[in-house]
Amino acid sequence: MDKDKMDKDRENRITEYTDIDNGLSDVQRVKVLSPGMLVVRRFLRNRLAIIGFIIILFMFLFSFIGGLITPYDETEVFRYIGSMSKEYVSVTINEEFRFTVAEGMAYDNATHARFILAKNQGESVFTHGGEAFHIIQEAEDFFRVVLSYPKARITYIRGIMGVTPLEDGLSYDEEFQNAIRQAIDGGQTSFIFGDEQYTLSRDGRDYVLGTTQDVAIESLLITDGVSSNKDLGFGFKLESEKALRADDSTSFVFEGNTYQIEEEENVASVYRLTGSGREQFALISPMAVQAVSRDVVLTIEFKTALEKAIADGETKFTYPDDAGNEIVYDINRINNVYTVKTETNTHLISMHEQPSSQHWLGTDKHGMDVLTRLMYGGRISLMIGFIVVLLETALGIIMGGLAGYFGKWVDMLIMRIVDVFFCIPFLPILIILGSVMDKLDVDPQLRIYYLMLILGIMSWPGIARMVRGQILSLREQEFMLAAEATGLSISRRIFKHLIPNVIPQLIVLATLGLGGVILYESTLSFLGLGVKFPFASWGNIISGVSTAYEMTNFWFVWIPAGLLILLTVLGFNFVGDGLRDAFDPKMKR
Amino acid sequence: MRRYVLKRLLISVVLLFFVSLIIYTIMRSIPTSYVETQARMLSQLPGAKSYSEWLAQLNETYGMDRGIIPGYFQWLKSAVRGDFGDSWQYNVPVTQKFTEVIWYSFVLGAIAFILEIGIAVPLGILAARKQYSRMDYGITVVALLGISLPVFFFATVLKLVFSVWLGWFPLYGTVGRFYELLDSFGRFLDLARHYFLPVLTLTIIGIGSLMRYTRTNMLEVLNADFIRTARAKGLSEKRVINYHAFRNTLIPLVTILGGSLPGLFAGALITETLFQIQGIGYTAYRAMVSGDIPFTMFYMVFMAVLTILGTLIADILYAVVDPRVRIN
Repeated sequence: MDKDKMDKDRENRITEYTDIDNGLSDVQRVKVLSPGMLVVRRFLRNRLAIIGFIIILFMFLFSFIGGLITPYDETEVFRYIGSMSKEYVSVTINEEFRFTVAEGMAYDNATHARFILAKNQGESVFTHGGEAFHIIQEAEDFFRVVLSYPKARITYIRGIMGVTPLEDGLSYDEEFQNAIRQAIDGGQTSFIFGDEQYTLSRDGRDYVLGTTQDVAIESLLITDGVSSNKDLGFGFKLESEKALRADDSTSFVFEGNTYQIEEEENVASVYRLTGSGREQFALISPMAVQAVSRDVVLTIEFKTALEKAIADGETKFTYPDDAGNEIVYDINRINNVYTVKTETNTHLISMHEQPSSQHWLGTDKHGMDVLTRLMYGGRISLMIGFIVVLLETALGIIMGGLAGYFGKWVDMLIMRIVDVFFCIPFLPILIILGSVMDKLDVDPQLRIYYLMLILGIMSWPGIARMVRGQILSLREQEFMLAAEATGLSISRRIFKHLIPNVIPQLIVLATLGLGGVILYESTLSFLGLGVKFPFASWGNIISGVSTAYEMTNFWFVWIPAGLLILLTVLGFNFVGDGLRDAFDPKMKR
Repeated sequence: MRRYVLKRLLISVVLLFFVSLIIYTIMRSIPTSYVETQARMLSQLPGAKSYSEWLAQLNETYGMDRGIIPGYFQWLKSAVRGDFGDSWQYNVPVTQKFTEVIWYSFVLGAIAFILEIGIAVPLGILAARKQYSRMDYGITVVALLGISLPVFFFATVLKLVFSVWLGWFPLYGTVGRFYELLDSFGRFLDLARHYFLPVLTLTIIGIGSLMRYTRTNMLEVLNADFIRTARAKGLSEKRVINYHAFRNTLIPLVTILGGSLPGLFAGALITETLFQIQGIGYTAYRAMVSGDIPFTMFYMVFMAVLTILGTLIADILYAVVDPRVRIN
């Protein structure tokens, strides 16, 4: 009956052909077409199948050839040098006393703490480590700490003063005694006579006069030197600050040089006079300026400009850099700390870059070229699809063939296994296995192989069932009886005579299955349980797009990937459909 | 017939046994992070036992200290009594969580199912009646598109178009922020707004296969001899199609639709997860990813039961609807 129909079909076609061409040779040509050729012809006449075939061909070229052509690598990260507003300098208004120690003297943080205590209690002497330190106030918040060497004992009762030198050979003239008297009357604890600093301290009813040696200065002001001469030394600091704070003079002499002081809003610049003019030498201010990065050296000119800007209450200031470009700095104040930010050049990853001539589909969140990722992703998706389908087909043929041919308990057993597999929910089990691999921290490369294996093992029962059904019906046909009668071996009978008759259905199922596998793989990868970063897959390129912001702004990442999945699966479905029609023309589905 | 059903049920029980055994084995191969975390948490309470003591106790409670086979039988023993234990992820009995969420899935599935039938069956018949026409090609392409669409991609596109660009429907969830303040009609509208996109997704995805199935069967019937007879009798085309052809197409259709009835309870894992609908699919997804053995075991067995029920119903319906079929 089948044959009749086919013959009729063929006759119809022949008349069609002769009608078109009126040539006898065409009749001959059509007659010699083999059944295989007929299938091909029928396939080629199916427009949808051809479209599907072209789609799949394109996908292969895109993934496998495209990956070779693209100038980029699968996991190549693109960076650019961009400017970022970075913290450059922090400025603190100093509220703590800072000390500078004279050369060769011992004065550490513990001594400093003692000084703070003594100062707060209004005492003029404190002891630390067995030594008595005298505090001499030069100006507000500016102190000298000195060691005192007793030179004379002074008795002073009701205006009558007696000076008893403690060392031999010391004598004090009238002028000096007047100075002492003045100091005692004024309640001072120190005084200057000549060039010497003297201390007066009480000892019972008497006073002790001592000469002094500078140990340290304690001050709220910070003195910075020019970059070529960072360490200004104790002497300079003392002299300059004394001139600025105590004497209120605009110039002073130190070690033979004359210095000028210009003060403006608490910020004082110290210039050294040279033969031709003057040059900036130091900066005295209540602000501590520190660069955030250690490798940045701040010049005193920059500090001066910055501190003046801060003192003027400005929020922005410009200062030329080494190359002479004017750079804008933003000043933000938080309590007593000013942060100065500027646009700094840094290496940045070009994340989610819009499509451009370099990156036709932009870059993804890792800064990788989306188009290249799509190509490599296509490779993985297609490869997984083909390997899984091969695996499931092989398993299905073996199991289905065994069941169908042997029947009885083999059939029973294999079919029950198939039933069990059918009952296991497919997607949930893939998700569970995916999360098992997640927890076991499986290497991404190995994961791909496991994924293929799992998909193959999970999907063979469908093929096995079909093969078994076909074989069961074929087994009863006459040609198998003939094969048995000619004494062919069992394996020959199965693989040479039964299986070839199942091949058409197998090809159709496998083609449709390819689409299914690619869908499952991409779904899993989308959920983050399939192919993992750094490997690309169409599914995992889409994953991570969940918020409205990402959806609208990074469309160039996920829309192409989704379209590729859709097109590929559609292509396989078109081709599978066309093949089914071509193999079995009477069952046009 | 009764004997057949009984036999099938018995086989189903055996199948369920093996299915649950396989799933239990896979679940047990997850490193037991939950028990460890729990033990660590409990051991840090004031005056608590040490970590290892807690671990041992918890492992015993959950049957994790035994091998996989004894552990499985312990699970089975309580499972046949209807006790599936407490969910680790949700901290309530598994069955309680299940009854809380299953109706969300059912409503979603049922609406989509009805829509699918309403759209796919007429279109399939139309395609079969006008075979090889432009209409037929169009319907075939649409059907194949529906089959080929990745759910997650389609759902995301729908969200982009309808939620982000047009702003007609919300992105996530089952109810809006002010649900409690609305009157009953307002609540219904709010729910409808939230269910629109998930239902649309499910319908479009599911439409394809049903449409093709209808078309194939309709074609088969239309090529049958009795249709030729009906036409030869001079019946109107309308009567041929609606009365003779359609009723015969119904046989396979009813079978397959009846078989997919249990599937209404299965939930839609991806769709529910993407739209964050608190159905069984979404709940199970979170349980599976976090390694919640009790809930996952329940869910998987439940899914297996649904599959078995589906085939059983289909087979029985086939025999009931088509008297020509006799089962031995």
